[in-house]
Amino acid sequence: MNWLSQNLHIVGQLLADHLALSIPPILLSLAISVPLGRLAAGSGRLRAPLLTATGLLYAIPSLALFVILPPILGLPLRSGATMVAALTVYGCALLVRGAADAFDSVPEDVRLAAAATGHSRWALFWRVELPLAGPVLLSALRVVVVSTVSLVTVGAVIGISSLGTLFTDGFQRGIDASIVTGIVLTVAVAFLLDALCVLAARALMPWQRVRA
Amino acid sequence: MIEFDAVRKQYPDGTVAVERFDLVVPSHRVVALVGSSGSGKTTLLRMVNRMVEPSSGSVRIDDVDVRSMDPVRLRRSIGYVLQAGGLLPHRTVADNVATVPLLEGRSRRQARADALGLLERVGLDPAIADRYPAQLSGGQQQRVGVARALAADPNILLMDEPFGAVDPIVRDQLQTELRALQADIGKTIVFVTHDIDEAFALADEVVVLRAGAEIAQRGTPAEILAAPADDFVASFVGAGTARRSLRIREIDGRALVVDGDGRPTGVLER
Amino acid sequence: MNLFLEAIQWILDPASWTGEHQLGARVLEHLAFSAAVLLAAALLGIPAGIAIGHSGRGRGLVIALTSGARALPTLGLLTILGLGLGIGLEAPFLALLVLALPPVLAGAYAGVESVDRATVGAARAIGFTEWQVLACVELPLAAPVIIGGLRSAALQVISTATLAAYIADTGLGRPLFRALKTQEYGVMLGASILVALLALVVELCFHAIQSAAARRAEPHRTTPRRAHARARERTHR
Repeated sequence: MNWLSQNLHIVGQLLADHLALSIPPILLSLAISVPLGRLAAGSGRLRAPLLTATGLLYAIPSLALFVILPPILGLPLRSGATMVAALTVYGCALLVRGAADAFDSVPEDVRLAAAATGHSRWALFWRVELPLAGPVLLSALRVVVVSTVSLVTVGAVIGISSLGTLFTDGFQRGIDASIVTGIVLTVAVAFLLDALCVLAARALMPWQRVRA
Repeated sequence: MIEFDAVRKQYPDGTVAVERFDLVVPSHRVVALVGSSGSGKTTLLRMVNRMVEPSSGSVRIDDVDVRSMDPVRLRRSIGYVLQAGGLLPHRTVADNVATVPLLEGRSRRQARADALGLLERVGLDPAIADRYPAQLSGGQQQRVGVARALAADPNILLMDEPFGAVDPIVRDQLQTELRALQADIGKTIVFVTHDIDEAFALADEVVVLRAGAEIAQRGTPAEILAAPADDFVASFVGAGTARRSLRIREIDGRALVVDGDGRPTGVLER
Repeated sequence: MNLFLEAIQWILDPASWTGEHQLGARVLEHLAFSAAVLLAAALLGIPAGIAIGHSGRGRGLVIALTSGARALPTLGLLTILGLGLGIGLEAPFLALLVLALPPVLAGAYAGVESVDRATVGAARAIGFTEWQVLACVELPLAAPVIIGGLRSAALQVISTATLAAYIADTGLGRPLFRALKTQEYGVMLGASILVALLALVVELCFHAIQSAAARRAEPHRTTPRRAHARARERTHR
């Protein structure tokens, strides 16, 4: 506790950095994965290649991806943009499959009934498919939220500052309190963002009683 | 011979499935336990092969209390047919039929040969022996279920809603075939159904159950239809409804049997 | 793109495999270490998961463990154990085990749980012993999901074993961290590519094993044509 009170300012700054690195990739991967997942669910031909490709991306260890991505995207190694890009890749790797499963979970007869009552292709997507895919999509998103928040810390070993910096600093200087603070805060941030997702889903899907 | 002697079953959550039940099922006879859901009929059936243990009372097979027998040996010695067949999805039809002989250590070759014979016996083309259950129609799966139950040549067959999962036309066909099969093999059969017509079609003796497995009436189908014991049985068998109130109407010199609504159901042969 | 050329040159350079980096030894180290962790996780997690799935007791524990483990930052776990246990393989082994256990446990539990209860009941009703129900019905039907759990644990372990070099100087993470210190970006990239390839190869192996298990558990789904062909062949003979 003593260590924490002396370093409150630094910890606060790292917490802010951590949030700035975790929230954009979550939102970006959601925006990218929903259309891709819908595409995969709708088409028999696209499904397998899309899901295999994203599945293989997920297999790449995070540290390796942090190093491989910058030269491909023309980014510097130690930059927030690298982290955001890499974590977006991971987010998509999980969410495309989740979104495909979510759209698959929409009952075919509901889709047919909506089409029969005169929904256009576009209206069908926004008013019927997306809301009904919501619950499954939410559970995939929650996984992405929690794992993204946790993965951000890995960037610390290549010098990108986040709550993970508390691990590297704490390890090099032999300060247990620093590492423990980092772990507790990372888990807390993960659960906080997860709870926010559930609350948002509850507001957006009032017909579903979403459980935390 | 199967005897239920004052059996009672109360589940741990307090529900009493069977209040007190006595029944003797004579050898080589077909007895149907009929009742709506919650009548405890399946619980009674499962007491015979110790899938359910009675809270009190006893079940005896040929004067031996089933509780004195090893449950696994007991189950292998009794044929069991479940709704939708209850087949193992990862084994071929032939392996499913041969399950018990293989468990008992019979040689694969012999078990397979027997299985192919049994498939023919229940009206299936032995060519389907190497397919998997999910590749068969509901009726075919049900036949495989019967073949499997017969594989160890048991004296007793237990059937739990055996034809509940197939459509009415296939059900009729299966019932007819089972009757023919039984005329041939003469097993002691206890079966459970909620369908009184199925009970009438198959059973020598029908036991109509109320909630808690209380016997409302037992007798041959003719006895029950001719004289329902009370209103419960009467409404269960549909006595007095248009379907059961048949009359004869002469048309063009032939005697037509018509139901209570005047709809023809058959021709009277004289 | 120059960097990639440099990285590939480094991978292909025999000196990288014999010289200070000893790439061959690093790859073996990485694989052996990961396999040891996975084996330990399997020995602990699979029986426990099966017991939970079979009996239905302890479900809540599995769910809490898996969601909790996902939130736990790997690097934090590695460094705190590293401080506690000192330099060596113990800390990364323990950290990796903690990460690998939940998916293995969850896979074994969910696999057994997913087996249709009616099928299990039927097997029991026709005279399978409890042991035979487990070995002949529940395990083969649950195998794809159990292997799925091992697969995600393996990915997690290979990935984290790279990070383990940060505290234990072992595996393919070693050249990566060395190069990070000396600012040799080409070497870092080369090591990263090797790790990624290793992970992909392991992933593909597990994919193949899982598909084989799925073919055994649901033969009709994956090989309807072959079975039909066999059936036809037999009738025409």
